[in-house]
Amino acid sequence: MLAGLCLLFAGRAQALTPEQARAIAAGDTDARVAALNAAAAKGEPGLAAFVQALLDDAVKLAPKQVLVIDGEKVLDAASGLPAPLPEDAEDVVNNNRMRGALQAALASLKLGSPELATRREAVAELAKQSLDESQLPLLDQALAAESDAGLKARLTLMRAALVIVNSPDKAKRLEAAQQLAGSGEGAVKSLILERLAAESDGEVKSALSQALAKIEARLAWGERLGLLFTGISLGSILLLVALGLAITYGLMGVINMAHGELMMVGAYATYVVQNLFKAYLPGAFDYYVLLAVPASFLAAAGVGAVLERSVIRWLYGRPLETLLATWGISLVLMQAVRSLFGAQNVPVENPAWLSGGVALMSNLTLPYNRVAIIGFAFAVLGGVALLIAKTRLGLFVRGVTQNRRMAACMGVNTARIDTYAFALGAGIAGLAGCALSQVGNVGPDLGQSYIVDSFMVVVLGGVGQLAGTVIAALGLGVLNKLLEGFAGAVLAKIMVLVFIVVFIQKRPQGLFAMKGRSAEA
Amino acid sequence: MMNASPSTSSVLLPQAPRLLTGKGWAAVLAAAITVALLVPLLNLVVPAGHALHLSDYAVGLIGKIMCYAICALAMDLIWGYTGILSLGHGLFFALGGYAMGMYLMRQIGRDGNYQSELPDFMVFLDWKALPWHWSFSDSFAFQMLMVLAVPGLLAFVFGFFAFRSRIKGVYFSIITQALTFAAMLLFFRNETGFGGNNGFTDFKRILGVPLAQPSTRMVLFVVTGLTLIGFFLLGRLIVTSKFGRVLQAIRDAESRVMFTGYDPLAFKLAIWVLSALMCGVAGALYVPQVGIINPGEMSAAASIEIAIWTAVGGRATLIGPIVGAFFVNGAKSWFTQAFPEFWLYFLGALFIAVTLWLPNGLVGLFTRPGGIVGLFRKSKT
Repeated sequence: MLAGLCLLFAGRAQALTPEQARAIAAGDTDARVAALNAAAAKGEPGLAAFVQALLDDAVKLAPKQVLVIDGEKVLDAASGLPAPLPEDAEDVVNNNRMRGALQAALASLKLGSPELATRREAVAELAKQSLDESQLPLLDQALAAESDAGLKARLTLMRAALVIVNSPDKAKRLEAAQQLAGSGEGAVKSLILERLAAESDGEVKSALSQALAKIEARLAWGERLGLLFTGISLGSILLLVALGLAITYGLMGVINMAHGELMMVGAYATYVVQNLFKAYLPGAFDYYVLLAVPASFLAAAGVGAVLERSVIRWLYGRPLETLLATWGISLVLMQAVRSLFGAQNVPVENPAWLSGGVALMSNLTLPYNRVAIIGFAFAVLGGVALLIAKTRLGLFVRGVTQNRRMAACMGVNTARIDTYAFALGAGIAGLAGCALSQVGNVGPDLGQSYIVDSFMVVVLGGVGQLAGTVIAALGLGVLNKLLEGFAGAVLAKIMVLVFIVVFIQKRPQGLFAMKGRSAEA
Repeated sequence: MMNASPSTSSVLLPQAPRLLTGKGWAAVLAAAITVALLVPLLNLVVPAGHALHLSDYAVGLIGKIMCYAICALAMDLIWGYTGILSLGHGLFFALGGYAMGMYLMRQIGRDGNYQSELPDFMVFLDWKALPWHWSFSDSFAFQMLMVLAVPGLLAFVFGFFAFRSRIKGVYFSIITQALTFAAMLLFFRNETGFGGNNGFTDFKRILGVPLAQPSTRMVLFVVTGLTLIGFFLLGRLIVTSKFGRVLQAIRDAESRVMFTGYDPLAFKLAIWVLSALMCGVAGALYVPQVGIINPGEMSAAASIEIAIWTAVGGRATLIGPIVGAFFVNGAKSWFTQAFPEFWLYFLGALFIAVTLWLPNGLVGLFTRPGGIVGLFRKSKT
């Protein structure tokens, strides 16, 4: 930044008069802002660098000159020539208002840039500042020069917001009110509400109310879509968690209370991969997630296979005992992670391409990581469905589930299939953990917070049915977020649980019951 | 044993077992004397420093574990004898505890930090009056009724709907866990009026008597011990009765019980509600002795631990859960002092080991022919 500044100074040395520089740098805030805006409206070429220096707190006030400190060098703000730093030079102090004005000025200067990206940045920066009428000429200039339609619309809105507050001309205010109707921003809504109270003219008032109604309708849509999105996002996470359960519980009849801890294993595997990339491949850090996905699958599947061989295999047909034993396993896994990685949460960073989001509307931004998880969940779902329906392993798993003895008679090694199926369920839990690490905290109790919800999904969806699991996961996710909207997070959760308890009354087998005539054991 | 009389009847009925054998009665009597006479003597009369003196800490610990043992006994009736694993007993325990805690909070009176008539947490939340559900909380009798009524009613309503739609096995376990989880979330809220995540604490007195006084603590201890013994006898009465035999039949083959003409709903519901009531009583005894109740008691882990005490001691024996509660909680207080980081490893290993190798629990080692002790007995043939 300082190097750039230096260049700017060298190039545009004598643009700012010493009087202008002093007026901007010293005096009371009102006068400084006025001087700054006057200079900005004229488009003084050296101004941008000077304003930037002011924002960087690199300006000092000597009795005769305004000085800019650039690293080792001291330059005169007006002439750009090296100058001695007097003993009694004072720092220039900018309060928040002054800072806002400086940033606005800097942005408005950038509006004249030939680069579209720079101008876009400048408009975004301007939108954050509170503008006043002295900046109106600036906006007019920019508006006249702007060629991009999107930016033009935003500038028009900004200008309209200024005009409606400040213009004494009724016709201009009326026009501004009509222009404001094109906005979809909360800030504009509050501005209109303010003006509605202050406005005296009936015509402008009605135009304002029309604009308000339009903006509110647009905002409401943004909110609705946002709600739907967060609901689907939660649902996709539940789906990932529940898919693994659907295999271990639905297909194998094993209640795996350690499922959440297998997710935790996956999340920690992601953390380890991330750290390895940081240490050995910092250049490829953005792609660590691609390796973390298989790593978390394998780590969790490995743990799952060991568990199946050592503990769960002896408990088939005794679901209540399995429940207790896997609970014990979950305690051991949690404590093991505490011993290895500490009891604190560990940081997992998003790669650059997963941070940020796409802004669809002013109040609706879809974060990339959540969008990616939704896609990932459905990809995993597709993979599992294919595996179960089309592969030999899937055929064996279905066979063993339906009739273990008959499958054994046909030559299926049922014990090995059990291990594979359990490892598969565990591996999917690991994938869920990997996905969760991108949106939430990674800590020893990561699994605990999702396990009740995911069991609800399996119970609601019906045992042994992937379709039921999908619908139940997405349904519960959206329902949860919908209720959260007007009842708060805790009450929403309670309402969902009560709903499930009631639902199970009506359909004890879940949404999609297995068809068949086998009597209950 | 069989008292068959072929001439009069074609049905062979097993003779009803006695409530307790002579030895059993002697053991119960000994336990009652220990609890009601020996412990108070050793704690209050024998001077501190004497070899036989029982410290206040030990009395507190045993008192607490006896409350847990009541829970384990309740769990045994519903799980060991009826085959229904509840993961919601922590909820009933906590509800009983909260009912008692409300009364104890009112007993603090103006001695709290804010010297207000209202409990401290309400002053902190800037509430001006007691919420409606605290209306009668200053009456000991009313709150004791609540100790029974709240868990009992909740269990009745929940159990009725669950058993009516024949939810059983792991489904029932998971649904009870969800219920407990929902209740925990509810109690964590400040707006619910139960002190949020801090719960109730800083109790001063019960029935006007200071709680810190050794004799008060001893009375609570004796009451807890006698309650435990009373519940043991009640449990024995149930499992030796015809009612108890139907319960065990439901556990072993519910469909056959139905085909024989019994409606399992009433049986399951009765034992379920009784079990919840016992947990509520245990909670009410627990709170004044431990001095705190918070929503942590409703966590999934707390409820599952009750099941593990029962499993460790031995299901479907009444002495088993009591042994299990003492063994696991004794180990817990030792481990958490000596090796705090190993406690969860131990507990986890215990869960696994008991389910894999000790299906009959510790008691099974001694009573079953296959148990360790049975192996060394003289062969009878």
